[in-house]
Amino acid sequence: MKSDKIFKYLLFSASFLVIIVAAGMVFTLSSGAIPAFKEFGLKFIISNQWNPTEGRESYGALPFIAGTVITSVIALLLCIPLAFSTSLFIAEYFYKKRVAMFLSTMVDLLAGIPSIVYGLWGFYVLRPFIVELGLSPQGYGIFTASLILAIMIIPYATSLSSEIISMVPNDLKEAAYAMGATRLEVIFNVILPNARSGIFASFILAFGRALGETMAVTMLIGNSNIVPTGLFQTGNTMASVIANQFGEADGLKLSSLIAIGLILFVITGLINAIGKLIIKKLA
Amino acid sequence: MSSATIQYNTRSDYRKRKNRLFYWLVIAMSAITVSPILLIVYKLIIQGYKQINWSFFTKVAPNTLEAMTANAQGEVIPGGILNGITGTFLIVVMAAIIAIPVGIMIGLFLYENQGKRFASIVRDISDILQGVPSIVLGLIAYMWVVKPVTHGFSALAGSVALAIMMLPLIIRSTEETMKMIPTSLKEAGLALGVPYYKVILRVLIPTGFSGLSTGILLAISRIIGETAPLMLTTLGSSAVNWDVTKPTSAIPLLVWEFYNDPNMANLIWSSSLFLMGFVLVLNIISKRIAAKQNR
Repeated sequence: MKSDKIFKYLLFSASFLVIIVAAGMVFTLSSGAIPAFKEFGLKFIISNQWNPTEGRESYGALPFIAGTVITSVIALLLCIPLAFSTSLFIAEYFYKKRVAMFLSTMVDLLAGIPSIVYGLWGFYVLRPFIVELGLSPQGYGIFTASLILAIMIIPYATSLSSEIISMVPNDLKEAAYAMGATRLEVIFNVILPNARSGIFASFILAFGRALGETMAVTMLIGNSNIVPTGLFQTGNTMASVIANQFGEADGLKLSSLIAIGLILFVITGLINAIGKLIIKKLA
Repeated sequence: MSSATIQYNTRSDYRKRKNRLFYWLVIAMSAITVSPILLIVYKLIIQGYKQINWSFFTKVAPNTLEAMTANAQGEVIPGGILNGITGTFLIVVMAAIIAIPVGIMIGLFLYENQGKRFASIVRDISDILQGVPSIVLGLIAYMWVVKPVTHGFSALAGSVALAIMMLPLIIRSTEETMKMIPTSLKEAGLALGVPYYKVILRVLIPTGFSGLSTGILLAISRIIGETAPLMLTTLGSSAVNWDVTKPTSAIPLLVWEFYNDPNMANLIWSSSLFLMGFVLVLNIISKRIAAKQNR
């Protein structure tokens, strides 16, 4: 049974690779970010200066942290009613019916569209529409980016939510119906209390997705390195500033971008961990 | 008494009306949810089909001047996306070669060690890796491969970034597939005295083959359209390149280049249509395989 031992050892060492990759990522990002944090200290996180002029270089991540959080929160708010309704459609109103299968396939396809295609569509269809509505002269900005982000994260929230809603025991629902409850009352008094934490987790995971989206946001947010103060102002997110400025970056600027990558890594990691923890508790 | 009954009826009507209203609200919201995919696919087809012809698949991307002349004369832009197609093929195949064997091994390990502490740590870390934004993976591959290994932008660096993206997906789908296989199959093999590794190679993997391939196809469809990590790693190239240590183009990178060049606007749609079509086909094939398995 020597071969068995070798095989087991092989599987074990492969698994160790996951830990090495994750630890290596933390190490690489941290060591790459050291020059930036050494130069600016904690001010890096709270400073809103992003000035690449040589000799007066000064980098702060606040505009990008703010841009990321604002766009993702708005996207989440837009996503909640749509994703919730769609998961009710799939897992309650038309559960296991053909039309529900069709809808859930469509939602899955939505998840398959590459980010850059969303960006193109946002740029050529959504942006002119925003301009036409007179909301913003150029159509770029926080709102446009959030809108496209909302569409992009709907599938993540919907697939998990509908799974959770479909798991609510039938006995409970039937008991409520037997008492004369309408479907709406069953949804809000039986399904929702039972599926609450799972649905919550699905939105947290969707939020985590929104934080890290790059291309579509880069193409729509307007790319200005300021802390946005209005819905239709331009801004930048952590992911989009890396994508935009990486090409011409070296030295302190590169280190600052890596530091932004580290902050993004930590924030998305935390959000995902919270979401997974809630799901784990459910199981 | 009669007034109480009347009140009851109106209250009941109110509840029913609210119920009805919510029903239609759910349908309306669901319609809004799916409308973007229809609108996006429609836009891609309407704007993109004109450019899809033979040379689209056999020629490399044109330069600005060629595109400008063609636009001025009202012709279709010459050239195609061959350098993108070959680049995407090279990068994705290499990423798959890196991620699939390791991913399946880790998935098997997690399956064999259900409930053990180390396995659950590995599972958690793999879940967290799945949530890492792709742009961060681009940064990582830049620092792991571009700087120290290939000393410049390279296809290999892009593959490493995409492989890290693929890995958690493969791990998860392998474990889920293995869990669905009845343990009696495994036990039957072991009872006959078949070595453990042979049970895995000859029983578990063939039985779960369709599940594994579904997972692999879905993982590939997830990474094939990735743009951001490739911008930081493979950079792009105007010629067909098969050297993994050199900058290489990819379809999403070409879309990005066309987007940034007003003369190329017409090519954006056809390349996106092609990319999107590819992703859809992968999705449909994997769904078919999964459906066949379930039947």
